[in-house]
Amino acid sequence: MSDTAAVSHGHGTGTGLSNNKLLMWVFLGSECLLFGGLISTYLIYRGRFGDGPAPGDIFDIPFTSVSSFVLLMSSLTMVLALAALQRGDIRNNRVWLLTTALLGSLFIGGQVYEFTTFVREGLGYTTSPFSSAFFTLTGFHGVHVSLGIIMLMSLLISSLRGTLTKERSETVEIVGLYWHFVDVVWIFIFTVIYLVPSPTS
Amino acid sequence: MTDTMELEAPARPLGAYTRPKANTGWRDWVTTIDHKKIGILYGAAAMVFFVIGGIEALLIRLQLATPDGTVLGADTYNRVFTMHGVTMVFLVIMPLAAAFANYLLPLQVGARDVAFPRLNALSFWIFLAGALFLNMSWILGDAPDGGWFAYAPNTGVVFSPGKGMDFYAIGLQITGIASLVSAMNLIVTVLNMRAPGMTLFKMPVFTWMILVVQFLLLFAIPVITVALFLLMFDRNFGSNFFNPEMGADPLLWQHLFWIFGHPEVYILILPSFGIISEVIPTFSRKPLFGYPFMVFSGIAIGFMGWGVWAHHMFVSGIGPISVAAFSVSTMFIAVPTGVKILNWLATMWGGRVRFNTPMLFASGVVSMFTIGGLSGVTHSLAPADTQQTDTYYIVAHFHYVIFGGALLGIFAGFYFWWPKVFGHLLSDKLGKWNFWLMLVGFNMTFGPMHILGLQGMSRRIDSYSPGFGFEFWNMFATIGAFIIALGVLAFIVNVVMSARRARHEPPVGPDPWDARSLEWFTPNPTPVHNFDDDIQVEALDEFWHRKYGEDQNGQVVRVASAEEVCQDGSATDTHLPSPSYWPVVLAAGLPFVGLGLMYTLWLCVPGAVLILMAIYGWSFEPVDDPDGPHGHHNDHGSDEPADDGASGTTPAEEAPVV
Repeated sequence: MSDTAAVSHGHGTGTGLSNNKLLMWVFLGSECLLFGGLISTYLIYRGRFGDGPAPGDIFDIPFTSVSSFVLLMSSLTMVLALAALQRGDIRNNRVWLLTTALLGSLFIGGQVYEFTTFVREGLGYTTSPFSSAFFTLTGFHGVHVSLGIIMLMSLLISSLRGTLTKERSETVEIVGLYWHFVDVVWIFIFTVIYLVPSPTS
Repeated sequence: MTDTMELEAPARPLGAYTRPKANTGWRDWVTTIDHKKIGILYGAAAMVFFVIGGIEALLIRLQLATPDGTVLGADTYNRVFTMHGVTMVFLVIMPLAAAFANYLLPLQVGARDVAFPRLNALSFWIFLAGALFLNMSWILGDAPDGGWFAYAPNTGVVFSPGKGMDFYAIGLQITGIASLVSAMNLIVTVLNMRAPGMTLFKMPVFTWMILVVQFLLLFAIPVITVALFLLMFDRNFGSNFFNPEMGADPLLWQHLFWIFGHPEVYILILPSFGIISEVIPTFSRKPLFGYPFMVFSGIAIGFMGWGVWAHHMFVSGIGPISVAAFSVSTMFIAVPTGVKILNWLATMWGGRVRFNTPMLFASGVVSMFTIGGLSGVTHSLAPADTQQTDTYYIVAHFHYVIFGGALLGIFAGFYFWWPKVFGHLLSDKLGKWNFWLMLVGFNMTFGPMHILGLQGMSRRIDSYSPGFGFEFWNMFATIGAFIIALGVLAFIVNVVMSARRARHEPPVGPDPWDARSLEWFTPNPTPVHNFDDDIQVEALDEFWHRKYGEDQNGQVVRVASAEEVCQDGSATDTHLPSPSYWPVVLAAGLPFVGLGLMYTLWLCVPGAVLILMAIYGWSFEPVDDPDGPHGHHNDHGSDEPADDGASGTTPAEEAPVV
């Protein structure tokens, strides 16, 4: 269409969502099936630990509960980051973006610690179908959190360059969608892996 | 996560990242982000792979023409039939559907381009990278040999040493990214960028079917992604997903694959259904019979396609309850498909049917797909299926739906939209040769396979002994296969001859077929900016309704010529997104990563460098060529392609137009 037409009709988009936001929603829909496949695989294999450690023997539920709490709190700070930017409060936006990224990193640090401990206790990636499924599922989630941290840091850099303004708060909202999604997925994973009573050897 | 990396797009263009400017030559094709050129690229690449896959098919038929065939050894035979299947499904039918979707979908909804033009280019180049990666396996001497559905544990490292199945796992992973990105892009395009007045139920059926397919891709691709990752981890990192010795479940792969694989069947066929739903009304000179039923049956197929996967596994020991449930759901899914077939027939009924080549191919789809559909229903009867599993009866069935259904429909689309894309018609005379050779050859090849299968000939055997009664029909099928090849040759000759002839002939005019939908508002071939002006859509088949009205007696009369209705393509002040280098650079990195995972991790380094460089370049690329004639991008409506992070984020305050 011509420029003039583009200005004059201005009727918005079909869904009322911007293209970028809709793209993120659609992408997250796809991600549900990715994690769905991995969670199903874990559920099939949680009892198949062979001679290796059983899930019930090895999980440290209090520790993982704390790191899960840290991750869930990062959703709160993400909301605060968006709210700050929507008010035009650049400073608090930066503070909360950084806090969110730090809480995410803390969670990843906890995962690294957990993986290391498990390997030391004899649960390697190749030990049993259970171990492969466990590391793959939680590993995929960890990669998603890490990508989220990269996005948050990109936002922060953008903010420091002065390009992340109130008018572009939707960008923070879109990254927020991704971040909340990754948190919600963790609630499922945490429930399925840790909270549902696990088989012991 | 390129869309978020774009956040860093600075207000000022950085000197190192000027955008390419070429409008002609190879540079233009490599850097283009125009959905029409990307559609042509998809089509051209897929046709090359079609020839490759066709040659593989002919080799299979030569090997099986006589008993104790010696054309290929058993090992090569395994590789050839595997690559034939993988090529035809993933590198031919899917990208050909993508070609039509890319070219036509923005035009049919009245948009200037897809929602994310650079992501669109990325999809094509990633597809091409994955396709070349898969076929590279021939050169590196280790083509996949585990069949197109690659059942693990057979494809695990124990039973399939060598690199073949790594090429399969990683290659399909790469083409999967392409499909996923493209699906997200097209969904946003259809949902967000329709012309004013075009509600969902004023969209052409082709657009509807493509939308359903994109949702199927969106949800099916991640499932095969999981399966391929698990296979890759098993083969390369020693995990135990498919290792029964360690207690793994040997059916896990089959479930994951077919949860993807059955929706995939509809991903292959629905675009063709969409194409012939455009062709049949046009050539019957009647509106499509039962438009809402067509749309809802397409959606129903999309939903029900998720509940039938285990009919591929009736003999794998899934238990009587599962078998019964999936039997019933499989019978049930024939209902919406039957609705479609009846509606096409009812559209033709009483119409003044013109049997030009597109209509011939469309009728071919209706008849051949019905045969394939009916043999499909026979599979839903588990006791009969037990007899038919892994025989040539199955091979006959899926070729009737994929060749007779999907491919013939795509050829209907070629003949129908050729003037839209290239500005001239394909010869109808050669087109009829093309059609009849393909139809006769197709039935000669795959019809007898029903008999061979019921006689007990197993699929995938590389040779058979004389004396089982297989000789006659196998020879017959091989002759048929070569007649198909002649048909394809007729198409290629037609393409070349018609292009030559077109140079001496007057242009085809805006409306060669007396067509019905929005894409025909633009002149032929489509100008680079698509529409001169937005089209205010009042009705389904808007283009037809502008040409025809009713007189006092309620008779349909012509009220305007096509020339009066069509735009002349003269607009010059249209904002066009600039081309970009980065999609092709990013895609080029992926095969290196793949080869690195298989041979030496060092090869991942150049791959990672290319990918990171491309993401960085993509993010910092200025929104527009600042020297270009249309560099003012502040006038974007939010229905403009969001080529850049900065301007594509306008939230719509108005009421939704859905």
